[in-house]
Amino acid sequence: MLSAEEWEAVRLSLGVAGRSVLVSLLPAVLVAWALARGRFPGRMLLDALVHLPLVVPPVVVGWGLLMLFGVRGPLGAPLNDWFGIRLVFTTEGAALATAVMSFPLIVRSVRLGLEGLDPGLEAAARTLGAGWLDRFLTVTLPLMSPGILAGAVTAFAAGLGEFGAVITFASNIPGETQTLPLAIYSATQSPGGEAVAGRLALVSFALALAGLLLAELLGRRLGRWLGRA
Amino acid sequence: MIEVALRHRFPGFALDVAFASPGVGVTALFGPSGCGKSTILAAVAGLLRPEAGRVAAGGEVLLDTARGISVAPERRRCGVVFQDARLFPHLSVAANLRYGLRRAPRGTAGPGFGEVVELLGIGGLLRRRPLGLSGGERQRVALGRALLARPRLLLMDEPLAALDAGRRAEVLPFLARLRDAARLPILYVTHALDEVDALADRLVLLEAGRVLAEGPVEALAARADLPALARRRDAGALIGCTVLAQDDLRGLTRLGFDGGELVVAQRPGLGVGARLRLRLRARDVAVAIEAPRGISMHNILPAVIEAVAQAGEAEAMLRLRIGPTALLARVTRDSVGRLGLEPGMAVFALVKSIAFDHAVAA
Repeated sequence: MLSAEEWEAVRLSLGVAGRSVLVSLLPAVLVAWALARGRFPGRMLLDALVHLPLVVPPVVVGWGLLMLFGVRGPLGAPLNDWFGIRLVFTTEGAALATAVMSFPLIVRSVRLGLEGLDPGLEAAARTLGAGWLDRFLTVTLPLMSPGILAGAVTAFAAGLGEFGAVITFASNIPGETQTLPLAIYSATQSPGGEAVAGRLALVSFALALAGLLLAELLGRRLGRWLGRA
Repeated sequence: MIEVALRHRFPGFALDVAFASPGVGVTALFGPSGCGKSTILAAVAGLLRPEAGRVAAGGEVLLDTARGISVAPERRRCGVVFQDARLFPHLSVAANLRYGLRRAPRGTAGPGFGEVVELLGIGGLLRRRPLGLSGGERQRVALGRALLARPRLLLMDEPLAALDAGRRAEVLPFLARLRDAARLPILYVTHALDEVDALADRLVLLEAGRVLAEGPVEALAARADLPALARRRDAGALIGCTVLAQDDLRGLTRLGFDGGELVVAQRPGLGVGARLRLRLRARDVAVAIEAPRGISMHNILPAVIEAVAQAGEAEAMLRLRIGPTALLARVTRDSVGRLGLEPGMAVFALVKSIAFDHAVAA
């Protein structure tokens, strides 16, 4: 049905989206926690910074990453010189660009879940002798897990299709950084590529739909497990 | 011994209270909504940091702002029962019950899991989730969870207020059993007088962030000069009684109290010697200056007027003494003038009826 190259693009897309979620999930949960519960100076600024990728053109995000993580960039140079890690034009770089783009999606979803959580339950856990990490792990985290799950799945589905930031930061290298949308773009640019573009578009559509359905299903299960349904 | 002294300002409201309660037993914090009673509980539990204050329980200082001491709530060992139960929805009833037990410091003693489950009658619920429970069941589980955390004292924040009358009646006896089994100091916040009657040993009467009076429940109930109590329709003296006899033939139960006897329509199921607490509502007590004759009332008790206090526009509250026991009677101010009622006068107290809905085994 799909050629080896097309499969490669699908596999790459899944890998990049998956890695991007893995990378951004923990920081996103922490940032969401800080934004929902924290009272510190600069909270509004952090809030704005986190949401920036939603409104800034993806190409600009990609350009920013290029400046920061380029081989001569302030972060890219030490990474390259000390650890031999190069992010530009690599699969890892594509994952990083995708992670930055989908970060606000996870933060928003987790934060929504947190704000719907009754702080009284955490207070109750406190009076029962649970310190902060204890009650975070045994009460807060389980109860916010639907929000985390929804955020992760949405970010994964959106990450499958990240285009602007990836092509700017990681370029369009088949087998390396050419994810589904980039492959579709390339196909439309080459003569006679309409069929390839159509097939890949269909795959893209199916993956996104499957992701959203899965999220709904898992969300319901989780809701039942949490005693909501 | 629990000592509480707190000062805290909210916008438009200032709390300034101090009271102490001796060891084991229930101290009710009683007052209208917004008088600050729940705030006091939150400060004792450590969930609210007051501007100034000191809280000590059993000789251990939990809070002393003057010395910069504030023990974290998770180390205060105050078992809290919230109005809304606050059971963890993702955990089974059994896991909820064990939550505090598993975190209790080593070497602390208290009733065991099985004992508490039995005491509260929640054995059939252990595998269920909180969401499927009735309000009364939830509150019973919350009681068990707090008790199993091996607390040094129990704090109950209107635990029955969110329940309808039927559920209240279901949970109240369990509260009484828990009180007797726990042998702990309990601070019990409520605005329902029947809960005070049923459970409390001591009363701290609160109004607008201040302590109006504190003392044993019976002593406060018999005071005519506390408008917060006296203005209520169900105001009246609270009297400890012992069942003296059951007269099946005449259908009467004879009760003895310190200084006299009362006869009531028979209450079956009470054995001779059983102790109970009755609230004699002030509006159900009348006075006569001569012994009335040919009257259907059984209870005509010789008494001495101890105090006359105004109660509202047209009424007065009389405090009557029968031996060591005090009664309250609510009469019109006109009656006070017409009969020349004044302190020191010998009268007869006529008890029209005895509010048995407040009768509680004590």
